[in-house]
Amino acid sequence: MVNPLDDSDNSGLPKARTGIEGLDEITNGGLPEGRPTLVSGQAGCGKTLLGMEFLVNGAREFDEPGLFVSFEETEEELKDNVDSLGFDLEELSDQDKLALDHIRVVRSEIEETGEYDLEGLFIRLKHEIERIDADRVVLDTIEALFSGFSNKTILRAELRRLFKTLKGLGVTAVITGESGDDSLTRHGLEEYVSDCVIHLAHTESSNVYTRRLRIVKYRGSSHETNEFPFLIDENGFSILPVTSLNLDYKVTQERISSGITELDDMLGGEGYYKGSSILVSGTAGTGKSSLCAHMADSACERGEEVLYLAFEEASDQILRNMRSIGIDLERWVDAGLLHFQAERVSMYGLEGHLAVIHKLVNELEPELVIIDPINAYLTGGKELETKTMLVRLTDFLKQNGITGFFTNLSSADGTSESTEVNISSMMDTWILLRDIEQGNERNRGIYVLKSRGISNSNQIREFLITDDGVKLKDVYVGPSGVLTGSARVIQESKDRTEKQNIEEEIERLEIELERKKEAMEAQMDLLKAQLQTDRMETKKKLEELKTKREQVDLTRQELSQIRNADKQDPQGS
Amino acid sequence: MDEEKRENKDILDDSDDLDVSGEFEDLIESSSSETYELRLFVAGMTPKSKRAVERVRRICDDYLEGRYELEVIDLYQKPELARGERVIAAPTLVKKLPPPLRKIIGDMSNEEKLLVGLDLKKKDEEGN
Repeated sequence: MVNPLDDSDNSGLPKARTGIEGLDEITNGGLPEGRPTLVSGQAGCGKTLLGMEFLVNGAREFDEPGLFVSFEETEEELKDNVDSLGFDLEELSDQDKLALDHIRVVRSEIEETGEYDLEGLFIRLKHEIERIDADRVVLDTIEALFSGFSNKTILRAELRRLFKTLKGLGVTAVITGESGDDSLTRHGLEEYVSDCVIHLAHTESSNVYTRRLRIVKYRGSSHETNEFPFLIDENGFSILPVTSLNLDYKVTQERISSGITELDDMLGGEGYYKGSSILVSGTAGTGKSSLCAHMADSACERGEEVLYLAFEEASDQILRNMRSIGIDLERWVDAGLLHFQAERVSMYGLEGHLAVIHKLVNELEPELVIIDPINAYLTGGKELETKTMLVRLTDFLKQNGITGFFTNLSSADGTSESTEVNISSMMDTWILLRDIEQGNERNRGIYVLKSRGISNSNQIREFLITDDGVKLKDVYVGPSGVLTGSARVIQESKDRTEKQNIEEEIERLEIELERKKEAMEAQMDLLKAQLQTDRMETKKKLEELKTKREQVDLTRQELSQIRNADKQDPQGS
Repeated sequence: MDEEKRENKDILDDSDDLDVSGEFEDLIESSSSETYELRLFVAGMTPKSKRAVERVRRICDDYLEGRYELEVIDLYQKPELARGERVIAAPTLVKKLPPPLRKIIGDMSNEEKLLVGLDLKKKDEEGN
């Protein structure tokens, strides 16, 4: 019963898919088919569950019946334990798709005398395997045998023979073993099972427990070597691989408003892409939550459901604070559109939180998920885990076409930059809110650092939180640099006064010029009048003189006539 | 088990409940009159199996003549019994009666241990 592998593993090694979320990805297709795999780990780290899920998935999805041999828990206990995961073992055993066998080894009942072997166990296993035609077998945990039998030499030889027999039967086996102090398993089972070894750990950091899985070895196959956080929730086992990102989700051209007109303008005039992931980072008090509130408000106004995960404030506090800046979110809560989930991350740890988000998203089917802030996860886990988790989360949201809106609190000295860079690579839009300190005053600046597929503004705007929500203002860019806040206002008024002065001066000069012109013109009129008068007088004089001359001439003629002398004498001699 | 204890108490009414070793000795005394129900599980007729069968038969004849039932079962023939009787090792001798239930595994090469396992000898006499 060979499963065709759809993974691109070139080793050609046949693999049995586990059907466990994430595990098939990191093993490049599943566990080695027809061979035993060792799963080691401390008590309570999920070994039994991994084995059980491997069998149940095999029976349900891949038509491979399975046998579960338990050396610790009874059949009833096993059934009860996985009942909450929705595994109905009863039904599967009735259909002969699953067999449970509890092998009890009680030391006090057993007296050893002389040579023996474990053929009874072998016969028992073979019989059950043949009965349901099992392809998968889980032995959980075979090390219990070590407490039941004192002759370790025989036991070790028999274990070796057991794994050989299982291989001979061609079943894909999962053998669990409890980890020792320095070794993978307390009794060195890894010595016998060398094809594939998976280690589960339950580690504590900063008082938060995280489960992790690592593939220690996988003979003949490529596999992921990192430690992967995994979680156990009501859907069973799931592993969060960083590298198995599935990037083939549908994208939309649809745009959604940020709830702030000026910010929409900065984002090519239309806001964000629907279904994209948006990161808003900034230092404390720069207004990240206000942006969240605007986003939520505008989404609810469009009739969309919003899931708001608040990790630092109670929902009532958020409602109150947002009301003070003129955003009434309460009406959306009442209308059933806005769902708050406020709690500290440390309550569940990283894995628990992811599970909670998955569950809420599946239940509510929101179109927008707001996480304020994602830093909260950093206190709950390590950086790699946080990144892993966020990758998984953004991926999950994108695949469901849900817009993700995340805030990140950056420290004032910029030390968390690397975290931001790590996270920002997963984000489509990255908005930075910055403090601008100037003239004894702290103001907020906002700019769009990147926005995939949007021709965004490269300008820093001043970010004002008013009674009427967030407003963006152009910052003052003048000869003395960028100014914000009251400095901007002062500079602006200074500018205004200066401008006014110039204008007044211009006006004054113009008037003066006008006046001068008028004065000159008046003078010119006067002169013209004078000229006129002069001309008239001169003319008059000329007339008089001419008349006078004529009279003089006349008189002379009369005189000569009278004297009758020198009549022929030419005149003027 | 409880029934058995009561029975013993009836026989030996002045026995101290807390004195376990005394009770144990009494148990051995009392067992001399009880009927034994034994099952010997083997996996095929290997030399090991044969040795076990021979030795169990001999002990039974020597110590339990006329008051024992011994059934030799080949697990290959009846594999379902391995589960029913919770047998892992082979050979396994199961003492079903008298109680307590006990499993003696191996080729029975150590007679002392076999006798102790069958409550035919006190445990503190076990010198080897």
